[in-house]
Amino acid sequence: MGSVVLITGVSRHLSSRLAGRLAADPAIERVIGVDTVPPSRADLDLLGRTEFVRADIRNPLIGKVISQAAVDTVVHASVTATPHGAGGRTPMKELNVIGTMQLLAACQKSDTVSRLVVKSTTAVYGTSSRDPAIFTEDMSAKSLPVSGYAKDAVEVEGYVRGFIRRRPDIEVSLLRFANFIGPYIETPLTRYFQLPIVPTALGFDPRLQLLHETDAIEILRLATTSSRPGTFNAAGDGALLLSQAIRRAGRIGVPVPALAVSLVGRTVRRSGMVDFSPEQMQFLNFGRVVCNERLKSEFGYQPRYSTAEAFDSFLTGRPVEPVITPSLIRSGEAAAARLLGVRPQPSTADRMVKHG
Amino acid sequence: MAEAQVIQLHGDDPRDRSLPKDESPEQPASERPASAWERRAAAGLAFLRRRLTGEYEVDEFGFDAELTESTVLPAARQLYRKWFRTEVIGVNNIPADSGALIVANHAGGLWALDGVMTATAVHEETPDHRFLRMLGADLVFTTPVLGPLARKTGSTLACNPDAERLLSTGQLVGVWPEGFKGIGKPFSERYKLQRFGRGGFVSAALRTGAPIIPTSIVGSEEIHPMLGNARTLARVLGLPYFPLTPTFPWLGPLGLVPLPSKWYIEFGDPIETAQYGPEAAEDPMLVFELTDRVREQIQTTLYRLLMQRRSIWR
Repeated sequence: MGSVVLITGVSRHLSSRLAGRLAADPAIERVIGVDTVPPSRADLDLLGRTEFVRADIRNPLIGKVISQAAVDTVVHASVTATPHGAGGRTPMKELNVIGTMQLLAACQKSDTVSRLVVKSTTAVYGTSSRDPAIFTEDMSAKSLPVSGYAKDAVEVEGYVRGFIRRRPDIEVSLLRFANFIGPYIETPLTRYFQLPIVPTALGFDPRLQLLHETDAIEILRLATTSSRPGTFNAAGDGALLLSQAIRRAGRIGVPVPALAVSLVGRTVRRSGMVDFSPEQMQFLNFGRVVCNERLKSEFGYQPRYSTAEAFDSFLTGRPVEPVITPSLIRSGEAAAARLLGVRPQPSTADRMVKHG
Repeated sequence: MAEAQVIQLHGDDPRDRSLPKDESPEQPASERPASAWERRAAAGLAFLRRRLTGEYEVDEFGFDAELTESTVLPAARQLYRKWFRTEVIGVNNIPADSGALIVANHAGGLWALDGVMTATAVHEETPDHRFLRMLGADLVFTTPVLGPLARKTGSTLACNPDAERLLSTGQLVGVWPEGFKGIGKPFSERYKLQRFGRGGFVSAALRTGAPIIPTSIVGSEEIHPMLGNARTLARVLGLPYFPLTPTFPWLGPLGLVPLPSKWYIEFGDPIETAQYGPEAAEDPMLVFELTDRVREQIQTTLYRLLMQRRSIWR
């Protein structure tokens, strides 16, 4: 008998692609996608034979879906970082936290569910100057996130831990994802790097760690289709500094004094162009890097893209026109060299030439 | 005109060789081998280009080796050689390619220049020009500008996970366990070691089996003789202490210039920790004992170096 997979938040970018991958897998009998909004038209082809149930996971209806379809694997991927999508902060929190509680309650009652995959975030580690440079899975935040997505994720993980205690027979994979990036995914971070002028926090230069969207989908797929219980950081190798990423993208970074950051952030947020919450502002001060050793050894997945490669893929895979092009810098170098009467050094491989 | 010859200049990516070079014929240097000055200018421009396009690597701690090697260390080297005329003793005690924990006395009043000078000494004097990864207080990383600069030059927060991660990957780690008690002590207590934290550095060494190299620095106490401490001002500013020296804050920015004392840095005989095994980190008696041994060795060496020193300045 093939397995029956239920995916929450299926209309979102990663979940819909995961559903599509699972639907293409003959070993899986049914893929049931749940979300409050229907998938976008563009995603319909991709979803294949996925069955869509328009439901709110805050509703006990979810329990009926699980029992009637005899779901054996639940992928909880609907915890969201973006209040815009859920229509403001209050409904977002409701959906994240109350939705998780309802879903876990339904799983606890079920006698068919044998595996639970939870998409969480490395934001649960918080971000401050008093944190170790690299977080491992058994560390926790020095100061618990007080608001927003990070707080939701901490609470969600708390309920998941309670669930593990009550149903030790169900395998639970808790996946803490770093910031996603790639040619197609839309996140606050991808929108941030597409601003022509990128506001940064004056006097700070955070370390960023990214995970390519295809790696994220593959990690979710592996956790869904095979037994890989445990808590894992899911992040690409290495790190980029924000200043470095801005230069690679050919953007203009504008350092903004700390007090003004929140003001600018609020204005930019209100404009709807970039959706930056306060904890993401704090993130711009210190950044965050996690250890992905356990993902590679215990979980058994080596991300195909390092942080730097994932960022390059984001830059080359979509029209992110650099404001300052590498060729502009190169011609500046050549001009300066002529002025000094020296021959410029050959440059390294034209990484961003694909921008053309 | 002779065919333009391609001179492989140091410091650039080896992949370059496979790439076609687009050299325009009017470039004057293409006919003859470039002079040293021209090579330096070209390398400098290439460096600027790499910086502006983000074509450099940082590690997951945020350490930017290229930036450190080409901007920070050259500046520090001037201070190290010309200003403090630093003499280094016992550089052979630093392992050539494995991890070790360098533990030193802390002083300086205004600047913790002893950290920068020790890192410069390690880079200058070791055959492979090794980097010293320093552990700093959280105040460093909270401070704008200073925080990111500390990370880019290889420092990280003084905490066991970071220290152990660096040591287990074979890095040289530098720690100043006295912390602010060391730099913020009055001039009358110069070269008297303060309490050595809680011995966290010893447990990091035990867990990773890295040797501890007790390091004694002489000269650092005289650069900003701290005559007083404006406690109220410090409390208002949220600082651990506020130093009053003969020149600071009276002379304004000029007061930040360190006095040109002569420095000695002695890397002492290593204290091996591998024989105890990683479980020994859970044995507080052993941790205290090793902490005391390190402290004593540094203190004894400090007294010896002070006895041998003829003058503060020469």
